[in-house]
Amino acid sequence: MPETTTATASEALKQTPSQTVGPYFAYGLTAGQYGYPHTAIADSTLTDNETEGERIRVEGIVYDGNGDPINDAMIEIWQADAEGRFNHPEDTRRPNAHFEGFGRCGTGTDPENRFWFDTVKPGAADVGEAPHINMIVFARGMLVHAYTRVYFADEAEANAADPVMQSVPQERRHTLVAERRETPTGTVYRFDIHMQGDDETVFFDV
Amino acid sequence: MNKPYNSRDWMSHPAYLHAPYKSTVLRSPTKPLIPLKQTLSERTGPVYGHEKVGVLDADLTKNGAKNGEPLGERILVTGRVLDEDGRPVRNTLVEVWQANAAGRYIHKVDQHNAPLDPNFFGGGRCVTDDEGRYTFRTIKPGAYPWGNHYNAWRPNHIHFSLLGPSIATRLVTQMYFPGDPLLDLDPIYLGTPEEARERLISKFSIDVTEPDFSLGYIFDIVLRGRNETPMED
Ligand SMILES: [Fe+3]
Repeated sequence: MPETTTATASEALKQTPSQTVGPYFAYGLTAGQYGYPHTAIADSTLTDNETEGERIRVEGIVYDGNGDPINDAMIEIWQADAEGRFNHPEDTRRPNAHFEGFGRCGTGTDPENRFWFDTVKPGAADVGEAPHINMIVFARGMLVHAYTRVYFADEAEANAADPVMQSVPQERRHTLVAERRETPTGTVYRFDIHMQGDDETVFFDV
Repeated sequence: MNKPYNSRDWMSHPAYLHAPYKSTVLRSPTKPLIPLKQTLSERTGPVYGHEKVGVLDADLTKNGAKNGEPLGERILVTGRVLDEDGRPVRNTLVEVWQANAAGRYIHKVDQHNAPLDPNFFGGGRCVTDDEGRYTFRTIKPGAYPWGNHYNAWRPNHIHFSLLGPSIATRLVTQMYFPGDPLLDLDPIYLGTPEEARERLISKFSIDVTEPDFSLGYIFDIVLRGRNETPMED
């Protein structure tokens, strides 16, 4: 239940409704990735040469209710750095250079309609929390974006103790866990998103 | 410890499933969202200020110009980004994209048989000022057909994307124009709860209208607040 606002009636404003990102976001929000002559504020690469931490790629496919890949979704991620710090004024620990922690990728340029992010494995932001990446899913046909979280398969112990993970019914927790695999080009965590079906991804009311 | 952001007010937002908008049928979660007690993860988010914004980014009549001016009706779109307590959301990024005056997107898969405009790109961005205000100069977008149902046309609209101070305040929406007869036929607009719909419609303003140059529209945007006592102004 939303908490009641403390503002008086005259001060309280109502939230502007969400609308779908539609099919044509590519040149507006992800121009570089799609080859349009415009810059984007963020893309699939979160690291530079000086970013500290274990390099990983997070990739996956967004599937619709028929099990078909969605080729016009947009994924955003937001994460802590390798030491669990967020590049944001509300995180009062020492500032975290060379890592903004934000990525954005459309699913329309990869032949398999994957999204991908080249990033670092985040540290746990707080005692008792498991390392995770926040993920937001936008697409044509989604009137409202959906929030999920990417946890890491090799952090089983931390995952089991994580309060958000514990709030998810046991039989659905696996939908939040990315499998780790070593490839010739580096470590890849696979995180497919199922909008519907038996393995429907857990989405949160953030 | 700072307070969490207010929840999404589901009386203000569409449901995921709105069957008249056909693409929602296979793309909407079927299980209820799981409530999440916000952690630092959700109370933080990307912060992009002026360093990411170029001088022409907020002027869509110029940022795609190649050999002249774009065709169509010049408009100025401005408004304030506020939180639910009426406080300005300062220094936050606003991104927009839209069709040209003929209702055609520059996007490669837009097959609508209407002309592209060599002098119009259709994307822009700006950062709000200390009062939470943003301003774009652009061309009024045309209506365009889409495949949802027979003779389906999207009302004139500009797509907006806002970051706000945290990922909890993230908002993607569309701004419509007053008096558009297509609104009452549009399943995307109509997917919004009735009492909230008019918040998506900009207001014509003669004060914002520039004499001999462009019509003015005001579109204020309200992001989630964080349940604190409003400050005195
Ligand atoms: Fe559109």
